[in-house]
Amino acid sequence: MNPENYIILSGLLFTIGALGVMIRRNAIVVFMSIELMLNAANLAFVSFARINGTLDGQVVAFFVMIVAAAEVVVGLAIIVTIFRTRRSASIDEPNLLKY
Amino acid sequence: MTEIGTGEAIVFWVCAVLSVTGALGLILSRRTVHSALWLALTMISLAVLYIANAAPFLGMVQIIVYTGAVMMLFLFVLMVVGVDSADSLVETLRGQRVAAILLAVGFGVLLTAGLGSALSGIPMAGLDAANAEYGGNVEGIARLLFSDYIIAFEIVAALLITAALGALVLTHRERWRPKLTQADLMRQRIASGAPGPLPTPGVFARHNAVDTPALLPDGTLAEQSVPAPLRARGDLRPVDIGAVEETRALTEGEAVFGPTVTPVADDPGASPGERS
Repeated sequence: MNPENYIILSGLLFTIGALGVMIRRNAIVVFMSIELMLNAANLAFVSFARINGTLDGQVVAFFVMIVAAAEVVVGLAIIVTIFRTRRSASIDEPNLLKY
Repeated sequence: MTEIGTGEAIVFWVCAVLSVTGALGLILSRRTVHSALWLALTMISLAVLYIANAAPFLGMVQIIVYTGAVMMLFLFVLMVVGVDSADSLVETLRGQRVAAILLAVGFGVLLTAGLGSALSGIPMAGLDAANAEYGGNVEGIARLLFSDYIIAFEIVAALLITAALGALVLTHRERWRPKLTQADLMRQRIASGAPGPLPTPGVFARHNAVDTPALLPDGTLAEQSVPAPLRARGDLRPVDIGAVEETRALTEGEAVFGPTVTPVADDPGASPGERS
């Protein structure tokens, strides 16, 4: 096995996450797909750290995890707020700014 | 330069299949809860892959932060939003789904083919030297985190505090009217005209089905005794007219209870509404 298999798996997971963002309408599922993309990027960081022989990639992946956690907190708070006023978690519903 | 052993190859293929399965399940499940559980499977497989990939610290952080905190947060919000909220299958933009799938397939082929050809046969330095420099993986990461990346570390700390405050501000709800005290609740109950509990369903313990209305002492039906959802659907079970007459006769002292009382029902199928 070669180290690039990890990178290819990471690309595959990133693609699936991007597909989920594009085809799903539920805001929470879209959010989970974004988490999947972040995780795929983390896997690439960890693999590149091992290929390059330095720990910087792991530190960057660690920062990505922290930022993702903060992002989840704020994003879910926004989803809950929208759900309270609109009674819906669909991302096609909040189109009030359009008119 | 290090090589990847057979054991790690087995771990990789098992976890790769599991994580791709979880990712596909995430985007293909109709129900949001199932999506969340599939994503948890992907997160755990990725944690195993990190540990196999010479990142034991990140693997543990992945389990604690992602499958522990983030996924629980997702499930918690799902409870608030409604567990069985399924996606609608109506396309708002026509052809969007097909276009998205084509785009994703093209993107994936380009990405994996490009990465695969660019990285094929790349030598792997391995982390043994980097880990050994400070005595271990955690020590090495700590050394980098608190020296080279100290500015980023401080900014991330500020970011976390801001995120916590942001969540508090976003989910805060103003209280527009004063909180109801126990005395207020009591006044509301008295003012509603029915301070006691509602009458229980069933007719003098001869029918105890919940959709059978209770009979008041004068023989009329107490519609409030039937649970509100059944009442809203109009699912009142018609009460035998004999029972109605019997109740009236019993409460007015005209009859004794027993098998001798056999009032003649004019119209047994009469609906309860017509009686009152």
